[in-house]
Parts: sequence; C-alpha cells; structure tokens
Amino acid sequence: MAVDVLVATCLGYVVLMFIVAFAADRAALRGRVKWLDHPAVYTLSLSVYCSAWTFFGAVGYATRSGLEFATIYLGPTVVFAGAWWGLRRLVRVARMHHVTSVADLISARFGKSNPLAALITLIAVTAATPYIALQLQSVSLSFRAFTQEADPVAQGGTALWVAAGLALFTILFGTRNLAADERHHGVVTAIALEAVVKLIAFLALGVFVVWGLADGPTDVVGRIAKATAEDPALVQGWLLKPDRWTALIVVSGIAVITLPRMFQVMVVEAADAERLRMAGWAFPTYLFAMSLFVLPIAVVGRELLPAGSNPDLFVLSLPLSQGQNMLALLVFLGGFSAATSMVVMSAIALATMISNHWLVPLWLWLRRRPDGDDAEDLGRFVLNARRLAILAVVGGGWVYHQASGGSAALAAMGLVAFTGMAQVFPAMLGGLLWRGATRIGAYAGVGTGLVLWMVLIFLPSVGIGATPGFPQGVDPLAGSIVLSLGANTLAFLTLSLVSFPDPVERLQGLSFVLAVEPEGPDRAGGDTARSAESLLAMSRRIWGADPALRFFQAEAVAQGKSGFLPDLTPRFLTRLERRLAGSVGTATAHAMIGRVGGGTGLSVADLMEVAGEASRAKEEARRLETARAELARTARQLREANEKLTELSVQKDSFLGQVSHELRTPMTSIRAFSELLKLPDLPEADRTRFAGIIHDEAGRLTRLLDDLLDLSVLESGGVRLNVAVANLHDLVDRAVNAASATGTGRNFVIHRDLPTEHVAVITDTDRLLQVLINIISNARKYCDAPRPELWVHVRRRPDRSTEIDIIDNGSGIDPDRQALIFEKFARLNDPMRAGGAGLGLAICREIMTALGGDITYLPGQGGAAFRVSLPHRPPLKPSASADAPNACGGGGDWNE
Amino acid sequence: MARHQPLFLERSSYRRRRLSDVARILPVLALVLILLPVWWVPAVVSLTGGALWLFGLWAGLIALTAGLFAAMGTADPSAQSAGQDGGADGDDPGEGAGAGRGRSESAGR
Repeated sequence: MAVDVLVATCLGYVVLMFIVAFAADRAALRGRVKWLDHPAVYTLSLSVYCSAWTFFGAVGYATRSGLEFATIYLGPTVVFAGAWWGLRRLVRVARMHHVTSVADLISARFGKSNPLAALITLIAVTAATPYIALQLQSVSLSFRAFTQEADPVAQGGTALWVAAGLALFTILFGTRNLAADERHHGVVTAIALEAVVKLIAFLALGVFVVWGLADGPTDVVGRIAKATAEDPALVQGWLLKPDRWTALIVVSGIAVITLPRMFQVMVVEAADAERLRMAGWAFPTYLFAMSLFVLPIAVVGRELLPAGSNPDLFVLSLPLSQGQNMLALLVFLGGFSAATSMVVMSAIALATMISNHWLVPLWLWLRRRPDGDDAEDLGRFVLNARRLAILAVVGGGWVYHQASGGSAALAAMGLVAFTGMAQVFPAMLGGLLWRGATRIGAYAGVGTGLVLWMVLIFLPSVGIGATPGFPQGVDPLAGSIVLSLGANTLAFLTLSLVSFPDPVERLQGLSFVLAVEPEGPDRAGGDTARSAESLLAMSRRIWGADPALRFFQAEAVAQGKSGFLPDLTPRFLTRLERRLAGSVGTATAHAMIGRVGGGTGLSVADLMEVAGEASRAKEEARRLETARAELARTARQLREANEKLTELSVQKDSFLGQVSHELRTPMTSIRAFSELLKLPDLPEADRTRFAGIIHDEAGRLTRLLDDLLDLSVLESGGVRLNVAVANLHDLVDRAVNAASATGTGRNFVIHRDLPTEHVAVITDTDRLLQVLINIISNARKYCDAPRPELWVHVRRRPDRSTEIDIIDNGSGIDPDRQALIFEKFARLNDPMRAGGAGLGLAICREIMTALGGDITYLPGQGGAAFRVSLPHRPPLKPSASADAPNACGGGGDWNE
Repeated sequence: MARHQPLFLERSSYRRRRLSDVARILPVLALVLILLPVWWVPAVVSLTGGALWLFGLWAGLIALTAGLFAAMGTADPSAQSAGQDGGADGDDPGEGAGAGRGRSESAGR
C-alpha cells in the first residue's frame, strides 16, 4: 500500500478526532451535555485501558505465554464486578472533594499534604514515560509494517510527528480552560469514538481470522490443540504459573484504578457515581470482546506467517500477508486509536499532577509575598504549566523512545507501569477504609514500594542492574510484585499504627472513610484581613472573573444575602476550598485559602470543636427523640390521671352523701333516743336499752372519726414506727383470729402453708397486723362464694423482702374498680353490707407505704387477691416529729 | 453519624439490601473461581480446555454482573437515596436487635 494513502488516511482520521472533540466541547459549552454524559460514553472512555500494548501486544503475549495474557483483563473484570460498592464509593468521595488525580486523592486524604502528592507524581511520571514511549513505538512499528521501511530515522520521524500531533491535540482540548471541575468533554468524546474504532478493528480481524482463514471456532480449537501438541516448547511457555497468574490479576485489578489515565477517565471525568451501574458490566464486556480473538489470531498467525515474524505485529502482518489491505488499514487505525487515546489521556492526567503538585507549589513558594496579594494571573500560570507539562510528558516519551531504540526493552513496559502505580494502592485503599491510616504511614508505604519497585522491577527493565535472584520455582516478576506490595503494605500499616495524625488529617480521614462532608471549624472570627473580597480576587485569578463571580453570588444567595460577597462561614470556606481544589489540587487550594487568611491552620482545639458540633447535633437529635417519648408517656399518664380524677370526683360526691348519711344516722338515733331519755316516766328497761343504743351509735361515730384521724396521721407522714422482730406465722395467726372474732360468723375455710410462714420480719408488728386483719376481714365480709375459702401464701424474695398473698374465692373486684379500691372512701359493693366507712384499704396502703412496702391488688387470681410486700427492714424515717399519740394506736374496723 | 435507621424494611428495600450483599460477594467469588483452578491443576487449564473454561467463566461472570446491576437498577428507583448509605451499609438490621428494641418499646408502655 502506498505510504501517501496511509498518511492521508491517518491525517483524515486525526482531523475527524479534532472535529469530534471540538464539537463535543462546543456542545458542552452550550450546556448540551446530555448525550455527552451518557453512561455509554463513560464506559467507552474507560477503554483507554486498552492501549497499543493491548492492541498489538496481547497477541504477542498470547503467542509467548498462552492464556496468561488474559490476566491483564481479568483483574479489571473482577474489580468492576464489585463496582457497585467499591468503585462507586471511590468516585463519590473523590467527587465530593473535587479530586483532580490519584495523587491529589491521596494527598487530600492524608491532610492535604503536597509533598506526598509530589512523591506519587514522581512514581506516575517514572512509570508512564516508558509506557508512552511504547505507544509511540507501536505506531512507528505499525507504520513500518506497511511501508516495509527499515530506516530508523524515518521511524523516529514518524514517532516525532505522532508525538507532536498528540501534544497539540492534548493542549488544545485538555487545557482549554481551568474549570472548577476537571472535565474534558471533547477529549472524552473523541476517546469514546476511538474506543469504538479499536473494538471494530479488532473484532473485524478476529472474524476474518476465525471464519476467513480458519474454518470456524471448532477448527480454531483444533488448531490450538494441534499447535500445542506439536511444539513442546510452546506448551512449556503456555503452562500457567499460579503465582504469576495471581500476581498479575491482582496488579492489573489495582492498575485499572490507580493508573493516572484510568483514574482520570473513571473518577475525574465521571459526572456522578451512577454511571458505574452500566460500566460495571459493559467495561468487562469490552475487555472480553478485545480478548476473545487474541488466542485464535496468535495461533493462526503462528501457523501462516514465516518463523521469524514479530508476534507483536501479527495483527497487522496477518491481514497484509493475505492481501487484505483494507482490513489491515482498519487494524492500523485501531492500533493508532489505542496508542493515541492512551497518550492523550495519560498526558492530561500527568500534566494535571505535574502542574498541581510540582509547578504551582513551586511557583507559589518562589513568589511568596508578605501581603499574600499577588497581581499575577494564577489561572493563566496553571494553564501554561499544564501545557508545559503535556509537552514534557509527550516529549519525554519520544526522547525515551529514541534513546532506548530497541523494541524488546519497551515491550515489558506495560507491566512495569502497572506494578509502579500499584504501589500507590495500599495507601489509597487504607485511606478510604481506615481512619487510623496516617500520612507518615502513607509516606512509608509509598516510599518503600517506590524503592523496591525501582530496584526489583523498573531498573532491571531498562537495563540497569539485574533482576534479583529468587529461589528456584518462584517467578521473578511475581516474587517482585509480592515483595514490593507486601513490604509497602507492611510499612504503611506499621507506621500508621505508631504515628499520630494531625488535625487536618483526622478531619479528612473522617470525611473519606465515612463519605461525609464535615465543614471546617469557624476560623473567621474577628479576622478582618481575610475578607470575602480578597478570596474573590484570588478565585478570579484562577477561574476568571465571570465564573468566580457566579460562584460567589450563588454562595451569597444560598446564605440568604444579596450581592457577591457571602459571609465567611465554615461552610462557605470549605466549599470554596473544595472548588479551588478541583482546579489546582487539594494541597494548593488549602495553602492558598490559608495564605489569604494569614495562614491560620487547624488546631486540635478546632478539631474538637468540629467534633463537638457534630456530637452536639447528635445529642440534640437524641434529646428530641427522648423528649418525644417522654411527652407521649406524660400524655398517657395525664390521660390516666384525668380519668381517675373524674372517677374520684364522682366517687367523692357520692361519698359526701354517704358520709353525711353515715354521720347522720347515728346522730339522728342519738338525738332521738336522747330525747326519749329525757322523758320522765320511762321504764328502766327501756332507759337501759336506749342508753345502750346511744352508746353503740356513739361508738360507730368514734370508729369513723378514728379512721379519719388515723388516715390523716399516716398521710402526713408523722407516724412513729415501733419496729420489732416478729415471726410472721404468729402475726398471721393473730390476724386470722382477730378477723374471725369480728366476722360475720360465716364458715370460712382458710388454707395456709404453715412451714413457709415461719419467716422473721423486722417491722412495726402492730401496724402490719392491722393491715392483715383488714384484708382478711374484708375477705370475710365481701367474699360471695357459697363456700368461702381463703388462701394465705407467704414468700421470701431473694432481696430478703417478704410477700404475703391473701386470696379468696369470691367474685373479686371489677377491673374498672381495681384502680380505686385503695382510694379513700372507696367502699365497694353495697354500702349497707360494710361495717366501716370505706377507709380500711386506704389506711392499709398508707401503712404499707410507711413501712417501706406496698399493697397491691392481684388481678386474675380467681377471687379478690391482695399482695402485701414487706421490705427486709423498714426505712429510717427522720421525721416522727408530728406525732399524734391519740391516733397512734387507733384502729380500723378491728380496733374496739 | 446519628442517622435514624429503621430496624425492619419493607419488602423492596429488603430485596435491595440483599442484592447489594450479592454485589459484595460477587467479586470475591469471581476471584476464587479464576484463581483456584490454576493453583490446583495448572496443566489442565493452560491449553485448549483452559481457554474454553476461562472464556466460559468470563462470559458467565459478565452476564451475572449485568443481571445483578440491572436488578439493582429496578429495585432502586431512587438511586440518589442510596447516595448517603456509606456508613449504614455495614450495619444490617439484624433480627436480634429488632426483637430487643421491640421488647424495650413494649416495656416502656
């Protein structure tokens, strides 16, 4: 094929890419981002993972090592299977902090430390430069495959032209402006298109090989079997080594997250975390499709092409050897797409890192001014720094390509870059999951990993030093990976455990691990130097006048203010810092905000204040919850109390009538019979009878008044207890006897468990007796069973209190009256049947309260059942001043 | 943080929780299925048979992931609501805790 056709096609393709990127950028500028933000575009842009190393190298890799080539795609498949809870979290946290690169993420997590970011940038640049050189080489090699030109100068020329074109493209579309979020719609759209070209080219070649050259899948399987059966050396190479298999899957799974270009497209360019739902299966599908035909192409190429052919170029030489020039051209474009998309994305990601973590901090340090108000256009400087960094990255790749010259040295560079960036992973994962991870630990881990990676993998790969000798049976690459990552993780964990994080670090750790957005403490108090105006001036220098004004106005509106100058609340300062971080990196943004404000740092006291505010809010919520429950409880109690009050009031009314009646009946008869006694001619017998009646009625009055007095003394708490030790058995005996003496004479069966009754009680025995008699005589009075029976159970509780249950077999007390029986004047049933005035149980309750115990009604016992609870010893009462001697021995119904 | 978590979920939310459990198990399962045969019988899975095994497994894994994510999509109508579940993912509302809470509630009455 003529070179000019090839060049023309190439140029046409490049122009198409420029147009697509330009159109996408314009569409984004006009706000038409709907289709640009589609998850499919996002998924396709992820395919920047498949660089020229994949496109050309996979077949070569498969020719040499068989299925091992698939490890590079299986690792990401596993990682994306967990996209929904793993990657989504990463994307969410990174977007929350407006992270611009993997170095920025780790620096932000570990206290906004720029030196740490600079160190990671160093690893990224070191690992990526040979990798970029590999892409340039693949383009020039594929060019040569077409032109059959062996002139190294022409080769270098191709690489130079490609490098220059890519640098131009990247500068044009990667550094158009310094947005608050680092998204490049043009570049991403162009790369998504390139992903489609890559896939179509590779699939077309695969279909051609399987159904054109071979005779369908069965034939291909047969050919693979035949090739391995014929060639023992091939089998030896293809035999999977478990340690390599595992190490490579792990490293590629890590690399798909940590490689600068992957982090750029997956995290930085993501509009939100939701698109991972599609990418989670679609990206592995892409990788699967890219891998499916690798083995067939390798085997068929090995069969059909001459023995000395470079297996890394099978994808091109196979269609060319079959005269399929158009297919070869398509494959060439696919390889070209793979190489260019990788270089462009890597250049953008690395340039962001270099400018944010190397150049801008250096510039700020060199230009430090005491007043902190430099007139330079910082935004322009940042953009220029990026352009410079892009030139340096792409140029560095080209220089490396020219210097190394050979193809063999570059072929391994893909894995070298993977293992290099993998050293960042322990600190990243630890930082996201573990609040105990510290900056010192991160330094130690990344530093150890960097040194070991340099010594064991990187330097040997560029021909300096030798691959270290591992014991027989251990694969050197797998051993190096395990050793470097293991030592890295160990150093990270150990130093994290022994070191102590500073306040900023702890705040950031909280934010990253819990995926929350804590605001900084209130640092603005009385700080006139840091006016909103100087912050606005600073933001203007980075974003340009209009975006800065828009951001400040929006913030002011959010605060309920008009104009462009919001109050310097912690919330506003935190948001401003995060937005600035999206442009210049977290560490720099932090430093700049601090600088404008006179360098106020976060102290432990501030941190405690933030923690205090958070816990105060938490406490407040908890308190409200408790208060609500309390309120509901109180309402319930009030309702109950109200019902009781209503009932009591009704009862009191009826009682007033009743007590008047009680008082009036004896009074009436006393008066009537006194009148009669006045009669002169009264027979002696009548006189004695009338006097007896008067005496009885007066006795009734006295009893009623005694009860009332007793109750009032008990209620006023003025009772004096006469504490003694007694056997409860004797007390119950006496109570039963006394109650039967005053009883109605009905035949009552009393069941007692005598052994259990022999319990020593320390109490006022007279008072307790009064209670027992009252209950038993009540039972005698009110039990309505035809054969009344009474049970007395005595029980000693573990806390040495005593319970006496007295239960009869009557109909008991209606549930709606149970609450009232202990109230004063609550006579149950028919008043005419009772001898007392309804004060007995009220007195009992007062007595038991005085004795430190309680008397309760037990519902559901098959009759009226009362439980008398007696503490081990009565409470010590300090009062006893208001003693009423008259009432002390005064009794209830039993005391005559 | 102090967010009030319901102890028991309605059916759809419960299903969503269990789906997200599957999403956690899936990568581990995938890793085990990919690694184990190579450690056990590297010679068997290195050649033709290995290719069929690997690509079959791979395709199955992708189908499973796609099915899972689609199911999570339909089970999760308000994707934004899941946006704040960072800390809560870990503490599943267990039956025991729920019963304990229920008891204390009824005791309070």
